[in-house]
Amino acid sequence: MTVPVGPRHLLSIDDLDREGIERILDRAASFAEVAGREIKKVPALRGRTVVNLFYEASTRTSSSFELAAKRLSADVVSVRAATSSVTKGESLKDTVQTLTAYDPAAIVIRSPHAGAAQLVARWTDAAVVNAGDGKHEHPTQALLDVYTLRKRLGALDGRCVWIVGDVLHSRVARSNILAFARMGAQVTVSGPPTLIPRGIEALGCRVAPTLDGLAEADVVYALRMQTERMEEAYVPSLREYAARYQIDAARLMPHQLLMHPGPVNRGVELSADAIDSPQALIAQQVEAGVVVRMAVLYELLVGAPLEQPAEAAAVEAVAAA
Amino acid sequence: MSVPRLFHAPAVPAALLLRGVHALDPRADLDAPADVLVRDGRIAEIGPPGSLAAPDGVEAVEGEGLHLFPAFFDPHVHLRTPGQEHKETLASGTAAAAAGGYCGIVAMPNTSPTLDSAPLLRALIEQARREARVPVGFMPAITRALAGAELTDMAELRDAGALGFTDDGKPVAAAGMLRRALQYQRLCGGVLALHEEDPSLSGHGVMHEGAASARLGMAGIPSISESTMVARDAALAAYEGGRVHFQHLSCVESVQALAAWKAAGAHVSGEASPHHLTLTDESVRSLDSRFKMNPPLRTEPDRQALIAGLRDGTIDCVATDHAPHARHEKEVPFEEAPMGVTGLETAFPVLYTDLVLPGLLPLGLVIERMTAGAALLALDTPRIAVGESANLALLDLAAEWEVGARGYASKSANSCFEGRALRGVVRLTVAAGAVVHRAPVEVPA
Repeated sequence: MTVPVGPRHLLSIDDLDREGIERILDRAASFAEVAGREIKKVPALRGRTVVNLFYEASTRTSSSFELAAKRLSADVVSVRAATSSVTKGESLKDTVQTLTAYDPAAIVIRSPHAGAAQLVARWTDAAVVNAGDGKHEHPTQALLDVYTLRKRLGALDGRCVWIVGDVLHSRVARSNILAFARMGAQVTVSGPPTLIPRGIEALGCRVAPTLDGLAEADVVYALRMQTERMEEAYVPSLREYAARYQIDAARLMPHQLLMHPGPVNRGVELSADAIDSPQALIAQQVEAGVVVRMAVLYELLVGAPLEQPAEAAAVEAVAAA
Repeated sequence: MSVPRLFHAPAVPAALLLRGVHALDPRADLDAPADVLVRDGRIAEIGPPGSLAAPDGVEAVEGEGLHLFPAFFDPHVHLRTPGQEHKETLASGTAAAAAGGYCGIVAMPNTSPTLDSAPLLRALIEQARREARVPVGFMPAITRALAGAELTDMAELRDAGALGFTDDGKPVAAAGMLRRALQYQRLCGGVLALHEEDPSLSGHGVMHEGAASARLGMAGIPSISESTMVARDAALAAYEGGRVHFQHLSCVESVQALAAWKAAGAHVSGEASPHHLTLTDESVRSLDSRFKMNPPLRTEPDRQALIAGLRDGTIDCVATDHAPHARHEKEVPFEEAPMGVTGLETAFPVLYTDLVLPGLLPLGLVIERMTAGAALLALDTPRIAVGESANLALLDLAAEWEVGARGYASKSANSCFEGRALRGVVRLTVAAGAVVHRAPVEVPA
């Protein structure tokens, strides 16, 4: 009897325990060495196909996934909603089934809707990587943020991280609260009460309505203020938001590190002097994007399964039979 | 002469002897083994088990080990006709009702076009007289096109057979509009059934606002969007001396508001659905669109408040809010999926399995609440009593079945209980004097 070992996916940070996160980060560190070479490619995914399916605008995430797959020597197909059959009304299911016909090893999906990656995983045999689903999760962003911090600070245990800004509309906030907490950090979220979702504490964070206690933070993680939400009047004005919640040189202490998932609204959530300060890790975050996404693809498509090694499962099944 | 308000296709009157059943009708104070004889579609005789013989032309049904209840009544279903017959038709929806043990259902007006005029109502009634397996009543809209701006021709609609009025799927958002409908109700009668939701609070919400929505990053529908409207509209009804019925209550605060206004003497009633009585927003963490409906599944304290409300009578009846959607419409990301779940074929087995068997509610009380909707709409209550039209549901409470394993009588499969093992199989349904459903005979393996 054969034990079917299903494809493994990265849909949520909840798919990973601390050990799983560390294995990906260690792998990413080994790929960082490759990135220093003149020829930045390894043959790990030669002959295999990675599909990038993006239903939302993205620069960093789509380009870094594409680069990551190419550096692993995979064939890469990038499908963007604006130029595909999606504009002709094709459903997500039909699009995924069409792409599955090319027998991809992995599908990377970005969607404006929560749970889209879960659905894709149900409809394809490929490994599925969630590159952002609605306001739900963005697990590879959280992994690259943990990678960046770990490189700078060593372990996150006991470190104090403040996530500041529009938590309500942020998938980055959700994945990062989970990932930072899983790595042993104490997480606080702060922002206008209208942009802090009711019940967010259940993710394992504290809520601070003002930045009064910000000095305790080792890491200040500013979120992008979604200026397109302004018409819904979550805050009276960007001016008032900036006055209360902008991270600037006055609020940012010398011992603190500053992060932001990009793209930044200069002068809104961050001041120019904060962005350009030596504590800012924003460029390092972008740089980490490629190696961490290489590590994710490698772990899903080549590396040992995260929960139960296939060989062990097969051996157990044989023993049971 | 009174206007007929329930409509069904002609059917052969039943002639049955239900032998040795356990008959249970809390209103008739009946809870005992019995033989029940149905002739010409009416309950002709009730006697001790073994006392009645089947006269010529009467089919004898062995009822040993089976329960006989008054058939159920559902004041709140969506039959999607006209305009969305790919989801449900009068024929398929009433077949689903028959399979669920119902003898009467009430169709909502959020069809395409909206049921908001007498000619359309007359056409639907004619269609029901051809196709409906189980009696159907119709509730046209309170406001034209459900737009909340102008009253429908309520008096003409009542004369044409409207059971009551509702803008279900939407609230009557403006208090002044509902007040006018309540004033007009004095002329034409008919319950106003209200879907309570303050759109300025529910916004683009797709699920209950709470820890689960915070985790999933989906816009929440706070419980106060419902409860503030229940309180507002109960106050309006009391002020105008009108009669309103609150649909699909979902949260603690709504039950409290309803209890307070009942105690104050307002002529108000309420319903709860099997899914709100048995599930919570924890189910939504699966991101499965089968758990998407409006009002949304809420928290465990809300669920407990609904059960307590049903027990103490604050909530008068169970209603399914049967809301069929085609598979391709639901096979999309949660936020994109339409609101609604089917319910007619699972209502009693769900309540029996999850509330009666664990001892949360007595069986008799559930039967009472599953049949109470008729009287709330000024219709005859189904009863097991000699001389009554036969409206009966014969169930095997020991039998277990898997939801969806044999498909559905409904055209749609969007049940939030799909795959669940439930106790209680409807063997036979008699509605308006005719046999409308028989469970397929099990072939021994």
